[in-house]
Amino acid sequence: MSPLQACLLFSSALFSLGLIAVLVRSNAILVLLGVELMLNAANLNFIAFWRYGPAPAEGHGVVFVVFALAVAAAEAAVGLALVIALHRHQRNVRLGEARRLRG
Amino acid sequence: MNSWPLLSLLVLAPWSGAVLLGLRPGLGDRASRWLGLAFSLSTAALGAVLLTDFDPTRIGLQFVERHAWIRSLKVHYHLGLDGLSLVLVLLTAAVAPAAQLAGWGRAGPTRVPNLLLLFLQGAALGVFVAQDFVLWFTCWELSLVPAYFLIRLWGGPGATRAAYQFVVYTIGGSAFLLAGFAALFAVTGTFDFAQLAQLGRDGALAAQLGPWGVRVVFAGVLLGLAVKVPLWPFHTWLPPAYAAAPTGTVMLLTGVLSKMGMYGFLRLLWPLFPAQLQAAAPALLALAVAGIVLGAWAALRQEDLRRMLAYSSINHLGYCLAALFAVAAAAGGERPAAEAATAALAGLVLQLFNHGVTAAALFLCAGILEARAGGRSGLGDFGGLRATAPAFAAFAGVAFFASLGLPGLSGFVGEFLVFRGLFGLHPAAAVLALPGLLATAQFLLTAWRRVFHGPVQGAAADFAPLTAAEKTALALLTGLMVLPGVAPGLLTSLTNPLVTAWAGHLTR
Amino acid sequence: MHLPVQLTWLIPALPAVAAAVIAAVPARRPGLGAGLALAALAGSLILALLALAGALADPAARLIHTFTWFDLGHGAIRLGWLLDPLGTLLAVMVATVGLLIFTFSLGYLRDDPRAKQFFCFLSLFAGAMLGLLLANSLLLLFLCWELVGLASYLLIGFWFQRPAAARAARKAFITTRIGDLGLLLGLVWLQDATGTLLLFDGGRGVLETEALGALAGASTVGGLAVSTAIGLLLFCGAAGKSGQVPLHVWLPDAMEGPTPVSALIHAAPMVAAGVFLVARVYPLLAADLALASVPVHALTVVATVGAITALFGAAVAVAQDDIKRVLAFSTVSQLGYMMLAAGTGAWTAAIFHLLTHACFQALLFLSAGSVIHATHHEQDIRRLGGLRRRLPVTCATFTIGMMALAGVPFLFSGFWSKEAILHAAHGWSVSALPFHVALAAVALTAFYMTRLLAEVFAGAPRGHGAETAHESPAVMTIPLVLLAAASIGLGFLGTPWWPWLQSTLDPAFQPEPGGAGLMAVSIALVAAGILAGWSRYGRLPRTSPEAADPLARIVPRLHRALAARLGCDELYAATFGRLCTALAAATTALDRSVWDGCIRLLAQLGAYTGLVSRETDEDVLNSGFNAAGDGLRAGGRAYSRTQTGDAHGYVWMLAAGFVLVTLAVLLGGVR
Repeated sequence: MSPLQACLLFSSALFSLGLIAVLVRSNAILVLLGVELMLNAANLNFIAFWRYGPAPAEGHGVVFVVFALAVAAAEAAVGLALVIALHRHQRNVRLGEARRLRG
Repeated sequence: MNSWPLLSLLVLAPWSGAVLLGLRPGLGDRASRWLGLAFSLSTAALGAVLLTDFDPTRIGLQFVERHAWIRSLKVHYHLGLDGLSLVLVLLTAAVAPAAQLAGWGRAGPTRVPNLLLLFLQGAALGVFVAQDFVLWFTCWELSLVPAYFLIRLWGGPGATRAAYQFVVYTIGGSAFLLAGFAALFAVTGTFDFAQLAQLGRDGALAAQLGPWGVRVVFAGVLLGLAVKVPLWPFHTWLPPAYAAAPTGTVMLLTGVLSKMGMYGFLRLLWPLFPAQLQAAAPALLALAVAGIVLGAWAALRQEDLRRMLAYSSINHLGYCLAALFAVAAAAGGERPAAEAATAALAGLVLQLFNHGVTAAALFLCAGILEARAGGRSGLGDFGGLRATAPAFAAFAGVAFFASLGLPGLSGFVGEFLVFRGLFGLHPAAAVLALPGLLATAQFLLTAWRRVFHGPVQGAAADFAPLTAAEKTALALLTGLMVLPGVAPGLLTSLTNPLVTAWAGHLTR
Repeated sequence: MHLPVQLTWLIPALPAVAAAVIAAVPARRPGLGAGLALAALAGSLILALLALAGALADPAARLIHTFTWFDLGHGAIRLGWLLDPLGTLLAVMVATVGLLIFTFSLGYLRDDPRAKQFFCFLSLFAGAMLGLLLANSLLLLFLCWELVGLASYLLIGFWFQRPAAARAARKAFITTRIGDLGLLLGLVWLQDATGTLLLFDGGRGVLETEALGALAGASTVGGLAVSTAIGLLLFCGAAGKSGQVPLHVWLPDAMEGPTPVSALIHAAPMVAAGVFLVARVYPLLAADLALASVPVHALTVVATVGAITALFGAAVAVAQDDIKRVLAFSTVSQLGYMMLAAGTGAWTAAIFHLLTHACFQALLFLSAGSVIHATHHEQDIRRLGGLRRRLPVTCATFTIGMMALAGVPFLFSGFWSKEAILHAAHGWSVSALPFHVALAAVALTAFYMTRLLAEVFAGAPRGHGAETAHESPAVMTIPLVLLAAASIGLGFLGTPWWPWLQSTLDPAFQPEPGGAGLMAVSIALVAAGILAGWSRYGRLPRTSPEAADPLARIVPRLHRALAARLGCDELYAATFGRLCTALAAATTALDRSVWDGCIRLLAQLGAYTGLVSRETDEDVLNSGFNAAGDGLRAGGRAYSRTQTGDAHGYVWMLAAGFVLVTLAVLLGGVR
C-alpha cells in the first residue's frame, strides 16, 4: 500500500463520516461539524495529491488548502450565524423542524 | 358654353352647397333652408343649359370630360351625357328641390339634413354622368352614406333597424358589383364603360373571362344592381326603409336612387353582358312580372300609407325591369321585334322619369299627412280629408291617378309603351302582368277612399292648410305629371334616337 | 257651313278647358262655373252640329285628320280625329242630352255648396266623352275612355262623405277597369299585329280591308282568329263600360251619385260608350264571320252576352224598391238589347236604340230626380205614391218615358228601335234563343215599368216626402219636356218604312222586308206586360209602405232572389274579393316569412360564421399557448413539491445526485 493510497483511504473515511453526520444528525451544529469534516477530507486529498504528485517542490497544494481553510472559516461563521438565527426562530436547532422554505 | 365643364359643375354644385353648410355650424334654420334650396336648384339651372345645348339626334355621349386620374390603374375622370342620363338628370333636378321643400315645415334641425340631401343629390348626379367605373362606383357608394344618416337620425319609428338593413343590404349588393368589376379589370385592364361595352358587344369579354368566369361576374353585377332597383325578391329592405325615412329622403330614395339601379342595368349590365343577360332574361322576366303582380298585391294588404306606396314602387319599377328583360331576351331572336323593342325601351325610360316624379309626389303627400297627424300615416288614421283639405286632395288625387296609369297623366304613356313592347316580345308576360294593373287601381283607390272619402274622422278633422313650400313642391311635381302625360314627346324626343339605336343593335 | 276636320279637337277641348277653368276659379262664384260649363257645352253642341252636317253631306266619305303624338323609333305614335255619321250623330246626342242634364243640375244642386266642383266634373265628363266619340285612333279613344271613367268615378263619389257613395265610386272604377284591361290588351295586340291604332288611315287603318284580312287570316291560341281574339278583348272593355253581365255590378250602385249624374251615366253618355265601341270596331268584330272553321265568332259572344244581360236586367228590375235602382237595372237590360243587336249584325239598330234610349232614359232619370228633389230625397217607391196630382208635369213626362221604354207601339221611340232589334235577332242565323230571350225581356220591361209608374204616381201618398211634394222649378221641368218631345219624335228616324238613320250610318244598309207578324207579337207582349203590371199594382194601389209586394205573395222565393239581385255582389265578394284578399295576404306572408326569412337566414349565417370564427380562434389557435402555459404551470407546481424545505432531504438528493453522476461517469466511460 503506497502512502498516497493510505492518505486517500483515510480522507475517504473522513468524508464518509462527515457525510453521515450531515445526513443523519438532526442538530444543526453537528451537521455543520459534519460539513467541516467533509471539507477537511477534501483538503487532505489536496495535500496528498500535492505531496505524492509529479511536482511536490512547488507549493500549489498548500496554497489551495490555505484558501480552502480561509473560506471554510468564513463559511463556518455564516453557518453558525444561520444556526443562531434558526435558534432564535424556533428556540432549538433541529433541522427537521426548519421547513419554512418548503415550495 | 361648351368650354365650361358643365357636367363637373353639375355634380359639384350640390356638393359645394353641402360643404358650405358644413363649414357654417352656426347657420340658422332659415338660412339653411334657403341655401339648401338654392343649391338643389343648381341642377335645374344646369339641366336647362344642358337641355338647350343637347343634340338629341346624336346617339353618343355629349359634354364629355376626360382626364387621367389614377394612372397606375388607368382610371379616368370621365364624364359624359346621353339621352338617358339627361332624362335622369332632369328627374333629379325636379325631385331634389321638392325634397328640400318637403322639409321646410318640419320641426328640428335643418342644416345637417339639408347638407346630407345635397350630398345625396350630388352623388346621384355623379352616378348618372360618370363614364368610368371607379368614379361611378364611388358616387354609387357615396350616396349610401347620407341616406343612412338621414334615415338613422331623422327617421320615424324603427329607423335604426331600417337604416341598418338598408345600408347592409345595398352594400352587400355593391360588394358583388365591385368584385365583379375587379375581375373585369383584371382581365381587360380598363374601367371605361365605353371600352367595356365594346368588349361586351364583341364577345371578347366572355372569351377573356372564360365561360364560368363570365357567369360569375355577370351574376355578381346583376345581384348588386338587382338589390338597388329592387328586383323581386331582393326588395325586402325597401318597405321598412321607405316607411322610416324622413319625407325628403324618401322622395330622393324613390325618385332618384331607385333609378340608379335601373340606370346601372341599362348602362352596365346590358351592354357588357348581352349574351348572359339574354340567357338569364326569361327567368329574370318571370321575377320582374312577379314583382309587378305580387308588389301590387302586397300593397293591397298594407295598413300604412308609406308601406303601401313602397310596395307600389316595387310594382312600378317592375314594369321597367320587365321591359328590359323582355328586350334582352328577344335579342337576335326569330321575330323581327325592333318596333316592339323600341316601344318597350322608350316606355322604360318614360316610366323611369314618371315613376320618379309620381312616387316623389306620393311620398310628399304621405309626409304632409304625417306632419299633420303627429307622425301617423296609417290608412285608418284619416277619413274624409277631401272635405277639410280640398286643395291637398286635388294635388294628391293627381298623384294617385298618375300612379294608377290614368291617361292624360304621365303614368299612362310609359305603361302603355311597356305593355305594347312586352306584348310584342313576350305576350304571356304581358298577360300575366295585367293583374298588377288591376291591383294597382284597387289598392290606390282603396287607400284614397279610406283617407280622403267617407265621414271626416281622425287627424283629418283639424287639418292645417298647406304651407307655401308644400304648395310649391306639389305644384312643381303635379306639373311634371301632367305635362309628360299630355305631351310625352317632350321626353321621348330626348331619348328616341338612343332607344332606336339600342333596339337596332338587337335585330342586327 | 261644315266644321273643318282639323278643328275637331275644339269639340272635346271646349268642355275640357271649361273644366280646368272652373277648377281654378274660386269657390265663391258658383254661378260662374255653371255658366261656363253650359256655355262650353253649348259651343261644343254647335260645333258638333256643324260636324254632323259635314258628315251627312256625304255619309260614305270619312273626314279624317291624323297627327303625331310623339316619335317612337323610326315611326311615331299617331292620333287622329274622325268625322263620320256615327261619331258626329252620337256627339250631337251627347252634347244635347248633356246640355239638358246640365240645365237640370242648375236646379237640382242649387243649394249644394260644392256645385262648382260638380260642374267641373260634368264638363270633364262631357269633354272626355266627346273626344271618345270623335277619335280616329283607338289609343285616343282609350285615353278619353279612361277619362270618362275618371269623371264617372268623381261624379258617382260626388257625395264622398257617404261611405256608400265612396264605395260605389271605387266599385265602378275597379269593375270597369277589369274590362279596360281587356281593352288595353286588345289595343296592344292590335298595335303589335298591325303597327297602328288608327281606325282609318287611307287604307292602312285597322278597320280597313288590308288589316282586317290579315287579322282574320292569322290564328292564335285555341284556333281563334286573331281578329276574334282582339275583338273579344275590345268587347271586354265595352262590357265593363256598358254594364254587361257579368261586369254589371257597378251600374246599380252608381245610383249613389246625384240624380243628374245617374242620368248622365246611365242614360246616354257613359254607358253608351261601350255600345259605341262595339259599333265603331264592328268591322273588326265581323271580320271572322267569313271563316267557317273557327271555334267561335266574336259577334256570337257579343249577342249571347247581350241577350243574357237584357233578360237579367229586366228580371231583377221587377223586384227593386228604389226608384233609381229600377231604372238602373232597366238600363242594364236595355244595354243588353243594344249588344244583342250589334251581335246579330244590326249595329245600326243598336245605335238607333242607343239614341232613343238616351232620350227616354235621361227623361226617366231626370223625372225620377224631379220626384226625389220634390220629396226631399225620398227614393223608396213604397213611401211614394199619389204624386200624379202634386207633380203633374213630372208625372206626364215620366209616363212618356215609361211608355217609350216599355215599347208602347207607334207613337213612342222605344217601340221602333226595339222593333228593329227584335227584327235583327229574329233573323239571326246562328241561334233563335236570343230572340226568345229578348221577347221575354220585352214583356218583363212593360211589367216592371208599369209597376214603377203605379207605385210612384197612383194611389195615395204613403210618406211624409210624398205628402209635402211640390212641382220642381222650371229650370228642371223644361229639360224634361224637351226630352219627352225627343222621346216621341226620335223614333221616326228609323221606322221600317223610312230607315233614314240606319242608311245614314251604314250606306250599305238594306231594310229587310217582313216583320208585321213580329210586330204583332211584340205588341201583344207589351200589352200583356202592362196589363199584368196594372192588375197587380195599379188597380189596387199599395196602402202602406210596409205592405208586402204582390209578387212576393205569389212567388216569394223568386222575388227574394231577384230583390237580392241574384246574389251577384255576394258571389263576387265571396270569389273575387276573397281571392284578392287571400292573394294579398299570401304575398305579404311570402315577404314576411320567405324573403325576409331568407335575409334573416343570411344574417343568422353571418352570425354563425362569426361564432365559428371565434371558436376557431379560441379553441384551436389560442389553445396551444394555453396548453403550453398550463404545462409550465403544472410542471412548476410539481417541481415545487421537491422543495420540501427539509435540509436533510436536500442533502440526500445532493448525495443521490452525486452518486448518480459518479456512476454515470464510471459506467458510461466518460473521461
